[in-house]
Amino acid sequence: MSLVFAGVCSHAPGITGRYERADKTLREGFHDHMHAMRRRLEAARPDALIVVAAEHFANFFMDNMPAYCLGMADGYEGPVEDEEWLGIARARIPGNAGLAERLVGAVLNDVDVSYAQEWKFDHGVMVPLRFLTPRYDLPVIPANINCQGPPLTPLKRAWKFGESLRRACDAQPERIALIGTGGLSHWPCTPDSGKINEAWDREFLERWVRDDYGGLTGYSDAETYREAGQGGFEIRTFVCVAGATAGSPREVLFYAPIPAFAVGCTVGVVQL
Amino acid sequence: MSLYYLQKLIFHLNRNEHVRQRYEKDFEELIADYPLNEDERKALREPDIGLLYVMGVNGQLLMHYAALRGYEWDEYLQAMRDGVERHGPVRSGLYAMTET
Repeated sequence: MSLVFAGVCSHAPGITGRYERADKTLREGFHDHMHAMRRRLEAARPDALIVVAAEHFANFFMDNMPAYCLGMADGYEGPVEDEEWLGIARARIPGNAGLAERLVGAVLNDVDVSYAQEWKFDHGVMVPLRFLTPRYDLPVIPANINCQGPPLTPLKRAWKFGESLRRACDAQPERIALIGTGGLSHWPCTPDSGKINEAWDREFLERWVRDDYGGLTGYSDAETYREAGQGGFEIRTFVCVAGATAGSPREVLFYAPIPAFAVGCTVGVVQL
Repeated sequence: MSLYYLQKLIFHLNRNEHVRQRYEKDFEELIADYPLNEDERKALREPDIGLLYVMGVNGQLLMHYAALRGYEWDEYLQAMRDGVERHGPVRSGLYAMTET
């Protein structure tokens, strides 16, 4: 069939793990819009959901760090973190190894993606799923972009990975949904946790909405680190979704800095 | 410095149930498997979360080690601040403090 849904959202562990610490209006507004995203996702009747995430050393370590990887299993477990800490109970999430294998085969024509037949989900996947497929009844295909241990893949390659994923999806009979999940500016796991560069975030989202290839891929890592922190490297996931949906109108449904969640919380959808 | 192996041990602890069981049973035996120097062993043992932070342990790893050792969120953030105060700026990696 083709890609039937695409969007982006935040995944910070505080969203579920430290919910009560955030401003009530903001946290409820964000959660409401995550639920709105779920309704749009369900309306698209997908057979599978690809989650392009920025894995945080739950699976891959610096002994063998893929720039890009797709999960190729029939099931996954998560969260890898303490359940109480994250506020999400451990669960088995269905996968689709056959579809994943076809996607990997297709993407390899453009990007040297790795695959993994074993994968544990951390908050980067579990927090979005908690809202988007709360009954864990939709097969998930995890995709990871290394945003954690430099050297990192260039932003133009992240765009290319998105383009390639799109081509691969369009060649399959299944109805496929795609989300990218990551932070914009943030400084997680540092004493500066809670710091957010709202102006930088809004500029980035404007570029994302107006389908601005040059703007989205023009940031240097040094600039991102300075203005958006080490968490800002996760914009690769949003750039990937932009690459997968080039030419389609986009909309940011929600954006608000929520310091207790350590990130500017974002929900965006693409009109395919 | 053997920051790579220090982080690898924490990665295994975070990710692998069997390693966590070994940690509970005999921590010394577990850390002996990794080529760490005495400062790193001591920081893990105490634990000195602030020093581990200053040594450059990636935050996405350290956050979970702090939780495993019973640090509440605010205590963990404070431990990093105290670490910088006591031991100086972060020596390696991406997780440096931006404002002192």
